[in-house]
Amino acid sequence: MTNFPANEQVIQVIYLVASALFILALKWMNSPVTAQRGVWAGEIGMVLAIGGTLLNQGIVDYKWIAIALVLGTIIGIPLGLVQMTAVPQRTALSHAFGAFCVTLVGIADFYLRTPNIPRFVMTVLSLEVILGSLTFTGSLMAAGKLQEVLPQRPLTYKGQNLVNLTLLAVAIVLAAYLVLHPGATLLFPFIVGIPLVFGVLMVIPIGGADMPTVISLLNSYAGLSAAAMGFVLDSKLLIIAGALDGSSGFILSVIMSKAMNRSFTNILFGAFGKVQISATNEAEVKPVRSATAEEAAAILAAANTVVVVPGYGMAIAQAQHKVRELYDALTRRGVDVRFAIHPVAGRMPGHMNVLLAEANIPYERLIEMDDINAEFPQTDVALVIGANDVTNPAARTDSGSPIYGMPILDVDKARTVMVIKRSMSPGFAGIDNPLYYLDKTLMLFGDAKSFVNDIVHELAGGGRN
Amino acid sequence: MGSNLIDALFIFMLAAFIGFEVIRRISPLLHTPLMSLTNALDAIAVTGAILMVGEQKTTFSLVLGTLAVIAATSNVVGGFLITDRMLKMFKTNRPKKP
Repeated sequence: MTNFPANEQVIQVIYLVASALFILALKWMNSPVTAQRGVWAGEIGMVLAIGGTLLNQGIVDYKWIAIALVLGTIIGIPLGLVQMTAVPQRTALSHAFGAFCVTLVGIADFYLRTPNIPRFVMTVLSLEVILGSLTFTGSLMAAGKLQEVLPQRPLTYKGQNLVNLTLLAVAIVLAAYLVLHPGATLLFPFIVGIPLVFGVLMVIPIGGADMPTVISLLNSYAGLSAAAMGFVLDSKLLIIAGALDGSSGFILSVIMSKAMNRSFTNILFGAFGKVQISATNEAEVKPVRSATAEEAAAILAAANTVVVVPGYGMAIAQAQHKVRELYDALTRRGVDVRFAIHPVAGRMPGHMNVLLAEANIPYERLIEMDDINAEFPQTDVALVIGANDVTNPAARTDSGSPIYGMPILDVDKARTVMVIKRSMSPGFAGIDNPLYYLDKTLMLFGDAKSFVNDIVHELAGGGRN
Repeated sequence: MGSNLIDALFIFMLAAFIGFEVIRRISPLLHTPLMSLTNALDAIAVTGAILMVGEQKTTFSLVLGTLAVIAATSNVVGGFLITDRMLKMFKTNRPKKP
């Protein structure tokens, strides 16, 4: 440790500062007030780390480094400028890129050093490429589903879990063999290739509503593979950054699966979609009350307190700006409008918050599930926009329901419930929602964006009677 | 190698605990920007890739390393950019309230 050349010591000190800045960056993400500072800390840390790396005396040529940095920047800028509604697929894509980088470095490392790789290094190197390649294809699949280039419905077949687990087990066994017998280099392509296939198969059976958990889990894998790369390269900075990312993804996955009352294994190995298809037919006959934009506007204008419950439907209809106009129109009339955010509303953790913030709705109006639920009984109108399963009272009452036990927003306790929905078709989980048949519920059939627009129009024009 | 390995495991364990403690407190309001920020930080893997490209040991490692630097750099640039854009959107109107 003490015989570093001076240059190397400088680099290590720079890395130390960068690590501290990364931890501070996450700490400052605690609150919207300091979060901006967190990004700056992260950026400075990153510039220092890259700058420090460029000082390394092992580097003999800078041409390709420069070309790659420029090309990466050119690709990165548009990825940083996507629309807010496209953030979930962008995030999945960046997990894929991160894993791609880690896997490539792992592969190159293997062929540079084989067959003289110590057992421990080979163990973490295997971990690096297995996690890296399954995250790469898994994230690409997730991005494809979110972008709707691939079908969002879960694809399942008999024995799926057995096939997947066997594949993963084979990859692990081959890796173990290679650790014990470093000469068996022919096995290495399989250790990369099998997890690539596994990543695809792992995400195929996962439906849209489970995406927040899957994205968090892939985030965690991406971090862990980077930490493994840190072990291989003996880079403390990389171990720290990877561990931070890995634990962040892990915490988010736990929060997401708790919010759906499901275990990890349940999400990874039990596709949701096929349950209770028959229940929907029976549902069509049950009577529902519907209302026009004019009636909805009158009820909203007469209310004292309104809680808006946004869901993925608001995101796909790009209705957040119209919702902001509704918020303005009602606030001007003295109505207290708040937003109830379910942790898994949308397609990634925090999705709704970002969309509503984009539409300039002040963040203290966005209330978490645990805080808002006690207030629904005193709420005049709960307005559900494109959310379904997270408002389904069957989760509380019907022990036979597939979502029984999942924490929900108790909108059915509000005095009046209004639901903007395109039709009576059930949500992603394919589960009927008894909320729609309550006497106090009014269904507002139509596209979220145009319906909210109509309500705003009524509030402005028809006005006060 | 032996002591380095143990050192590395200690560092990993401590960093993972710090990560848990720090991130557990982050408000769900900021979960999306948190994910894009950790994504950008995770792209620190670019340092390993840069060394691999710079050392130019074989053509194979040069090609793979260059692709790796491109992928990671796009995460650094895109990740910080979108996190910054998102956070600018989180506004308060607290002065208006009592």
